[in-house]
Amino acid sequence: MTEFKRIIKAGFINFKRGGLVSFAAVLIVTITLSVITAIILLQAVLYFSLNTIKDKVDVTIYFNVDVGEDKILALKKTLEKLPEVQDVSYTTADEANKNFRLRHANDYATIAALDEIGVNPLPATLNVKTKQISQYGTIANFLKSDSALALGSANIINHASYNKLVIDRLNIIISGAQKLSFLVTIILIILSLIITFTTIRLTIFIAREEIGVMRLVGASKMRVRGPFMIEGAIYGLLSTFITLLIFVPITIWFGRNMTNFLSINLYDYYMSNFLQIFAIILISGILFGVISSFLAVRKYLNK
Amino acid sequence: MIYFNNVTKAYKDGLALDDITITITAGEFVSIIGHSGAGKTTLTKMILAEDSPSLGSVFFESVDIHKLKSKELTKLRRRIGVVFQDFKLLPNKTAYENIAFAMEAVGKTDEEIASDVPHVLELVDLSNRLNHFPDQLSGGEQQRLAIARAIINQPELIIADEPTGNLDPVNTHEIVQILKKINDLGTTIILATHNHGVVESVAKRVITMENGKVIRDTKHHK
Repeated sequence: MTEFKRIIKAGFINFKRGGLVSFAAVLIVTITLSVITAIILLQAVLYFSLNTIKDKVDVTIYFNVDVGEDKILALKKTLEKLPEVQDVSYTTADEANKNFRLRHANDYATIAALDEIGVNPLPATLNVKTKQISQYGTIANFLKSDSALALGSANIINHASYNKLVIDRLNIIISGAQKLSFLVTIILIILSLIITFTTIRLTIFIAREEIGVMRLVGASKMRVRGPFMIEGAIYGLLSTFITLLIFVPITIWFGRNMTNFLSINLYDYYMSNFLQIFAIILISGILFGVISSFLAVRKYLNK
Repeated sequence: MIYFNNVTKAYKDGLALDDITITITAGEFVSIIGHSGAGKTTLTKMILAEDSPSLGSVFFESVDIHKLKSKELTKLRRRIGVVFQDFKLLPNKTAYENIAFAMEAVGKTDEEIASDVPHVLELVDLSNRLNHFPDQLSGGEQQRLAIARAIINQPELIIADEPTGNLDPVNTHEIVQILKKINDLGTTIILATHNHGVVESVAKRVITMENGKVIRDTKHHK
């Protein structure tokens, strides 16, 4: 216990007396942690953007005007039972009419033409969303399948809007974006780790003679290594606080100016996930510092 | 206490030690003299296991130093005090902390450290330099601090490698007197130096080295 206390005390004193070297190490670890925080926020932006795009993709089934509601609801029930389907929403002919009029409220000629017809020409629709964007083809095929035909779908469905080419291309773009972001994340994290490790190695390189002397006066490996590891943990701890502080004004700016463009308010996201981000950054920072110090000291501890 | 058994150390550029066989008994004050490159420092490094022999063995009492595991070596080093020409003090620690570190290394309590450190600093006339860092001390003061660190744990053996190499004659004399006093109290001393004046003033056993070989071993130097 006394040994542990001495190691911790020595780590803090070394950090304090390290001056510029400690400052440089904190700066580099802060940059590494900032990269990780930026990656977390970028992943959130990507996730929300892709979800917004995915949300805009659906299959809309347009029914013949005279089809009874019970038949539509029966098809809705069948569709909802399909494992690929996430949600089916039903819009009645009256609601379709109301929505149309709302959308074209300023288009007098269109509204006048609709009034001229006298009856509601707009059909009821079912809007189908799938769990995966690649599953829209399955829904389109289902509507043409025997089981759908058994429900009389051929007589009640006017047509289904489903653009295979656009959805397929979108699917490729989304999975490409996800793969690319994963790759960029891995590369950035590896680069940051290398930079952090090299910096901490340099700070320990400066103290290599000291390490040798400590060993010569009979200090155990842990007694020599411990304070360096504590110093590494302090680098991580301080860098965590600095990084999290830096990202407050950054996310405020993004929240104010980029919310529409990014489809997410980054400040709200940062604040609502602050504890998780804090935990990730703190653990990463301390682990980077401690492990880098542990490995760097090992080189000079041979005997 | 120390036994070199046909020790040879070869580097790429030649032999640093060439078939050395010597015995140093407990309580001796042995001066090892020779020009630069004669092999004095390599010899002392062998005792501390900072370097290992290419051939032969070095024994501390009955233990082959170079067969010790890391933990056992750490324990052995706690029985040896070391003093270097370039002092090798811990630059980020004060005079007090440098001594305290050596005591902490052997597991002394905070109370023992608080009581012994001021005492040993007083012995080497540094009690007014307690909170000074090494770079705030003169060469002589740094060497006295290094000696204080070397003796604080009452080692059985002190190895002093060119301890006066960077000092003026007055400080050199002081260091030699301190080492003699320590030896009078029963600690074995191995002093490596190229300074004949130092060896003369010690007036004890002298081992002369040249090109990695022992060319003379005078038991009672006058």
